[in-house]
Amino acid sequence: MKVIVCVKQVPDTSGKVAVNPDGTLNRASMATIINPDDKNAVEAALTLKDNTGCEVVVVTMGPPPAEGMLRELLAMGADRGVLVSAREFGGSDTFATSQILAAAIKKIGLEADDLVLCGRQAIDGDTAQVGSQIAEKLNIPQISYAADIKKDGAKVTVKRMLEDGYMTIETQTPCLLTCIKELNEPRYMSVGGIFDCYNKPVDVYDYNTLKDDPLIELDTIGLKGSPTNIFKSFTPPQKGQGRMLEGADKNTCAELAAELLKKHII
Amino acid sequence: MAEFNNTNLADFSGVWVFCEQRQGKLQPTVLELISEARKLADDMGVEVCGLLLGGKGVGDSMAKELGAYGADKVLVCEDDLLETYTTDAYAKVICDTVMDKKPEIMLIAATNIGRDLGPRCAARLHTGLTADCTHLDVDVEKYAAFLQEASTLPQAQLDALNREDRNLKMTRPAFGGHLMATIICPRFRPQMATVRPGVLKKGVYDEAKANAVVVEKLAVSLSDADLQTKVTEIVKEAKELVDLTGADVVVSVGRGISKDVEGGIKLAEQLAAEFGGVVGGSRAAIDSGWLSADHQVGQTGKTVHPKLYVALGISGAIQHKAGMQDSECIVAVNKSDSAPIFDVADYGICGDLFKVVPMMIEAVKEAKASK
Repeated sequence: MKVIVCVKQVPDTSGKVAVNPDGTLNRASMATIINPDDKNAVEAALTLKDNTGCEVVVVTMGPPPAEGMLRELLAMGADRGVLVSAREFGGSDTFATSQILAAAIKKIGLEADDLVLCGRQAIDGDTAQVGSQIAEKLNIPQISYAADIKKDGAKVTVKRMLEDGYMTIETQTPCLLTCIKELNEPRYMSVGGIFDCYNKPVDVYDYNTLKDDPLIELDTIGLKGSPTNIFKSFTPPQKGQGRMLEGADKNTCAELAAELLKKHII
Repeated sequence: MAEFNNTNLADFSGVWVFCEQRQGKLQPTVLELISEARKLADDMGVEVCGLLLGGKGVGDSMAKELGAYGADKVLVCEDDLLETYTTDAYAKVICDTVMDKKPEIMLIAATNIGRDLGPRCAARLHTGLTADCTHLDVDVEKYAAFLQEASTLPQAQLDALNREDRNLKMTRPAFGGHLMATIICPRFRPQMATVRPGVLKKGVYDEAKANAVVVEKLAVSLSDADLQTKVTEIVKEAKELVDLTGADVVVSVGRGISKDVEGGIKLAEQLAAEFGGVVGGSRAAIDSGWLSADHQVGQTGKTVHPKLYVALGISGAIQHKAGMQDSECIVAVNKSDSAPIFDVADYGICGDLFKVVPMMIEAVKEAKASK
């Protein structure tokens, strides 16, 4: 049995997010991190590995430097990595991304007792679409928002969070689950793991590796194969300068209350 | 590629809304979508259809309400297997119906269920899906007017927009609200969007329209074999429901209450009670277990746009700001005068919230009494 985890390298939006004067994002000034929800997915896979001795394969699609992130995950305990990287894949929206990742998962080999794990959403795009779309492309069941995962042979039982509670859902392998932060606390890399990670295999899948898959057509991948396009991107106008009320005493509060009264808020 | 999607784009017509219900209760955010769909459909001169899936009898109770907010027609799919949401059954019935009837636009609320269902359907239909939209336009004049308000784009760019463009322009925040993106799906239909709950405005209940709604029951072809997942229990967590998105006033607490958590929450509750609002929290407050997750405001929590938002001891990370920066008036109390929350605050007080809030409560009481 193996667990395949799809992981994305994202800009650290909690750090300094900088916007260029022309309104585009200044990516150069941002650090990259492993998408937080994906880390929970990796931890869930490693927990399964601790309990069952299964193999954990981490997959990412991105530019060549994303290999560094895969090494980090290998240092956490994953067994091997797959970097899906090619010019033809660039500019993909969620639909095209899921086509490519589904083809990559098929190439890795999805067997009857395997699991595919993804994070709920990436913090850069925030779409939460790729997981579901991979499941559809692989024609396997999906359970999103997993807060607890139990696997007993082919039977998978998941606690799936809703806004006002949760559902318990059962399904069979192979299936795809998207993980949320409530699921677990990701482990750190170990020192031994960091030493070992450079000896673990990382395969690179380029366009030629995947092109025989029926999912990979030039009109279903990359910018050209993406059903959605960015029509305009823009920055919202800065809000007018607010007022700092000096003093933090009784008068300040009275002034605030008077302002709120004047604006008919209270 | 889905065969039906290779056909002429002009074959597709109408604005559809997926009407999410849970345990026989319509999700309130659906009415926001119906109201928005009405506006889009009026601009295009087409019909609004609600697509309602559920157990037997689900249409009888909800069709009228959907009509009242703007649905011309409600397409009802009733089957015991649709009683509870499952990705498999819902995706099959929705995709079958879409392929049969060919809507031009399909809107889904970006709830935990909508965000599970939308991408599965879009992948099967081979079409585009834009996630968590906060603004929708078809009409170019209206879109240009929106950009004038909400962007820093030069007027020349707005004038250069193609006035003949009939694509749905789906606008959503990216990177925690630092950048807005308008996304189109020009080559495939339906143009699908999930819409962030609480962002669009619900219209007014119209009794005449409620009575005029057309209900069409559709045959459902579904068997147990279509369901690969099985829901074994549904648990509603017994807690007081916090209506953050519907509240006019939200008083939120963050890490700044750490030295006296109980006291801090109590102060926030008292202040919220004085304003007639509810208590929210930053992710730090939720992760620390001070408040339950349904109080969370921010990118991974709820988006709120109340008349008044009070941030107590919240530094103002962009993930938090993303969920509240559209509030009409923001008041921030923080010990550090360099906290980023002050960048979006209309009124800022630099001080210890444990001292300031009691005075604020008094001042608000007095102000209200003097009214």
